[in-house]
Amino acid sequence: MASAKEIRTKIKSIQNTQKITKAMEMVAASKMRRAQDRMKATKPYAQKMREMVAHIAAANSEYRHSYLVDRPVKRVGVIVISTDRGLCGGLNSNLFKRSIGVLREFEDQEVEVDVCLFGRKAGSFFKRLNCNIVSEASGLGDAPEINDIMGAIQVMLNAHAEGKIDRLLLIQNEFVNTMTQQSETVQLIPVKAEEDELQAKHWDYIYEPDAKDVIDGVMTRYIESLVYQGVVENVACEMAARMVAMKSASDNAGTLIGELQLVYNKARQAAITQEISEIVGGAAAVS
Amino acid sequence: MATISVEIVSAEREIFSGEADMVVAAAESGDVGIAAGHAAFISRLRAGEIRVLNGDEEDSIFVTGGILEVQPKQITVLADTAERSDDMDEAQAEDARRRAEEMMAGGGGEIDLAAAQRELVQASARLHYIKKLRTKR
Repeated sequence: MASAKEIRTKIKSIQNTQKITKAMEMVAASKMRRAQDRMKATKPYAQKMREMVAHIAAANSEYRHSYLVDRPVKRVGVIVISTDRGLCGGLNSNLFKRSIGVLREFEDQEVEVDVCLFGRKAGSFFKRLNCNIVSEASGLGDAPEINDIMGAIQVMLNAHAEGKIDRLLLIQNEFVNTMTQQSETVQLIPVKAEEDELQAKHWDYIYEPDAKDVIDGVMTRYIESLVYQGVVENVACEMAARMVAMKSASDNAGTLIGELQLVYNKARQAAITQEISEIVGGAAAVS
Repeated sequence: MATISVEIVSAEREIFSGEADMVVAAAESGDVGIAAGHAAFISRLRAGEIRVLNGDEEDSIFVTGGILEVQPKQITVLADTAERSDDMDEAQAEDARRRAEEMMAGGGGEIDLAAAQRELVQASARLHYIKKLRTKR
């Protein structure tokens, strides 16, 4: 059995770890609340954007935007949104598992893939995978700005405009609730229009200044807003996942300390008993 | 008179949601007034004011640009950034305009100049808007 002193140092070190995980849990909890508020605040814009694009897809315009056309797929673009930092449970590994599944699927169809990465974790992961990274953005912080992500997206949109990629996918984390985050794949281009009652009728907008200008603007904004929404949602996911992971780490540390405390008490008792029996034995030998 | 439902959202938050008799907005090729039953219409917006008229009430919102979509029963404004008149600060607007002017004068690359010009237009529109509000009060 280990000596009482050894066990005591072990308990000390676990207590220190527990202090850290507890602090991280509390920080994550308060950041999560703010991230959730931010996520809720950006939702209406993304929602309206989706509706507007659905309307445009349903309109019988003389100008058909390239994002609405399903081209034969020779090469695809994939945008992956991950976190900057670790210690957030299985959030990133689930996301990467899904990404690998998607990449493998395209590999089987002999379709080449370009990837665009958000977050440092995705950067280090995909570098090892030996795939074609065309753009990257990291260090977005807890309150991401749309301007910081625009550059990375623009690379993909340009590639689509030049005909280098025919499809654009977004792989992101979806915030279901505090306990559950799911990775999901969203198809950005070609735009999957939501069902709408307008589809049945034959109608078109009055465009100002002209159809091409307006629709181009809306489509670019649409992609940007979806990716931005994904980035904001990812922050909320990260904080929630970290909070849960750190809570279970603190709990585990607690049980470990409890068990060690028992062993420590036993060891201490054994040492005392031994000492007494030694003294008694010694006294008996003398008399 | 029939009303039309109006929703104004910016990337950061929902600004306005409700019914209105008419909406007056600064569309790219001139101001437009839209009432219920208007034909489907879509346009980009300039930096400027959006007025939501409902009976005797009037809501005024400043946007720096965006998209206006009109469906027969629904008006949607997707603003780049939007502010309600109560949140506006003249000193800040004046400051932004001066900064933009300085940027123009400094004139680095071509892209910078374009950005500065855009900012100047926005700042001037904002200032104009605030001044107008002032005289109304």
